[in-house]
Amino acid sequence: MIYSLCFVLIAIGLYGVVVKKNIVKIVISLAIMEYGVNLFLILLGYRFKGEPPIMDQAADASLFVANAVDPLPQALVLTSIVISLGVLALMVALCIRLYERYGTFDITEMRRLKG
Amino acid sequence: MIPLFVAIPLGMAFIIPMVSRKLTRAPDVLGNATMVCLTALALASIGRTGIYHMGGWETPIGIDLRLDGLSVLLLIAVNVVGLAATLFSVDYMRLYTSKFRYYSLFLFMVAGMNGVVLTGDMFNLFVFMEIASISSYALVAFGCEHEELEAAFKYTVLGSVASTFVLLAIAFMYGMTGTLNMAHVATKIASEGMSTPLMFALSLFLCGFGLKAALVPFHAWLPDAHPAAPAPISAMLSGVLIKAIGVYVLARLLFNVFGITDNLLQLLRWAGVLSMVVGGLLAIGQWDIKRLFAYSSISQVGYIVLGLGLGTPLGLVGGLYHLVNHSIFKSLLFLNAGAVEYATGERDMRKLGGLNKVMPLTGGTSLVGSMAIAGIPPFNGFWSKLIIVLACVQSGHYALAVTAVVMSLVTLSFQLKVQRYVFFGSVRAGLDRLQQIPGLMAAPMLILAVLCVGMAFLIITGMDTPLLIAPAADALAGGFFTL
Repeated sequence: MIYSLCFVLIAIGLYGVVVKKNIVKIVISLAIMEYGVNLFLILLGYRFKGEPPIMDQAADASLFVANAVDPLPQALVLTSIVISLGVLALMVALCIRLYERYGTFDITEMRRLKG
Repeated sequence: MIPLFVAIPLGMAFIIPMVSRKLTRAPDVLGNATMVCLTALALASIGRTGIYHMGGWETPIGIDLRLDGLSVLLLIAVNVVGLAATLFSVDYMRLYTSKFRYYSLFLFMVAGMNGVVLTGDMFNLFVFMEIASISSYALVAFGCEHEELEAAFKYTVLGSVASTFVLLAIAFMYGMTGTLNMAHVATKIASEGMSTPLMFALSLFLCGFGLKAALVPFHAWLPDAHPAAPAPISAMLSGVLIKAIGVYVLARLLFNVFGITDNLLQLLRWAGVLSMVVGGLLAIGQWDIKRLFAYSSISQVGYIVLGLGLGTPLGLVGGLYHLVNHSIFKSLLFLNAGAVEYATGERDMRKLGGLNKVMPLTGGTSLVGSMAIAGIPPFNGFWSKLIIVLACVQSGHYALAVTAVVMSLVTLSFQLKVQRYVFFGSVRAGLDRLQQIPGLMAAPMLILAVLCVGMAFLIITGMDTPLLIAPAADALAGGFFTL
């Protein structure tokens, strides 16, 4: 059930990217979309009332596997958050430069390229 | 040896900005030296296969880098075109500022592409793809003028949406199979069959990588982004980036991981034919040289995907052969356009003319490139297109064969338009006193033009088993090798 929340987030993001005219809002929509995917990845490995995935010497291996949260998606999400940070920084820089050139954030007024 | 393909450019990308504060020639020298090393490594890896376990961790736990026939083919294409582009950049990038940033981003892009073609792990593939994409977004915006920024923004938004789709698909794949290693996913899918979430993941992969490869329903960003970049970068983007992180990954996933089915082949054929026709027809009406070449890239990627979509051994050979050939002649054409822009400051064909008399070398190499892309014998483009058409006939798709031949004529017509308006005819007033292009810009054009002829000799070992290409096609058809 909780998975559908991620898809709502992704859908909201995609809607924003497609429909919004303000480039800053497009950037925000993209960020929302990425959060939705990250949340989905985390939920994939999550186990309610699970243990943290740190094994000590005393722990029983089979019991640990049965109870612990899957650590791999967490590692993946960390990487993907860093990547989306890079993209976000680049896009914000592009927005600033675009505003300097065109004097507007409205994408419908940036129409030098066509054909 | 395998990790060096990623490690060398990645390391140099950090070293170049550090040393270039003091030494102004350092970026040029180091950038070119890196690409020479990588090209030598790529040529040395011909005929080899191997698996490298990153950090010494065994396969299910760690990440593998896998070298097989297909990776070797792509590595050669990426690094040879990369070398030509860096040689060209030495003088061309004087038109822009801060060269060290340029070389740094360039090497990041090369590291990302080499990583994508080598990796055997889904998430690692995503990371390398993002390294290549993000640096290419920045490189498209490098000029910081109106057009560049607008094109880069469009490219970044569409590219990020594609990356998000890919990540979501990887999440589904991991959820269903419990592993990220491509070979393990492939055996799992082969033994348990496709489930609905996996089908959904497959369609997300198709959309994501289709966007990166600029197949026709997803092509809108390409004709803006590729002309806006500096010329050597256009050559890299059109020549290898759309293939390394688009077509290659699609082929790898469809043939090796998910297992190809008749429906998927049909989908590939339709996407290929659509791209071929739409890209070709849109190219005819263009007046900006680089924009025309960008549309023609869409059309040529259509040929590659059509060849792969036939699914027969001959079709795979044709598609992969055309992939390497296209990376050679399309980068040549973009470098020619760059040389014209460098000498005249103009990209509009209506304002150019008669450049053959002023820039004979650029004119000559561009004629070679145009004839190769249009499929005129004896150049390499002729042979790969011939193999694709023969493969269409052999598998009974006569309509596709006819379309491929007709689109080849369309390609010839718009390439002749470039020749007629830019290079032939009388010299336009004001264009007769141009400065000569520097030798370092002429050399890569000459090398690529020679390769246009030289690549045709790959078929001396037989039409259906060309050198280099046959091992790559076998790797696609045969699945992952095990050690």
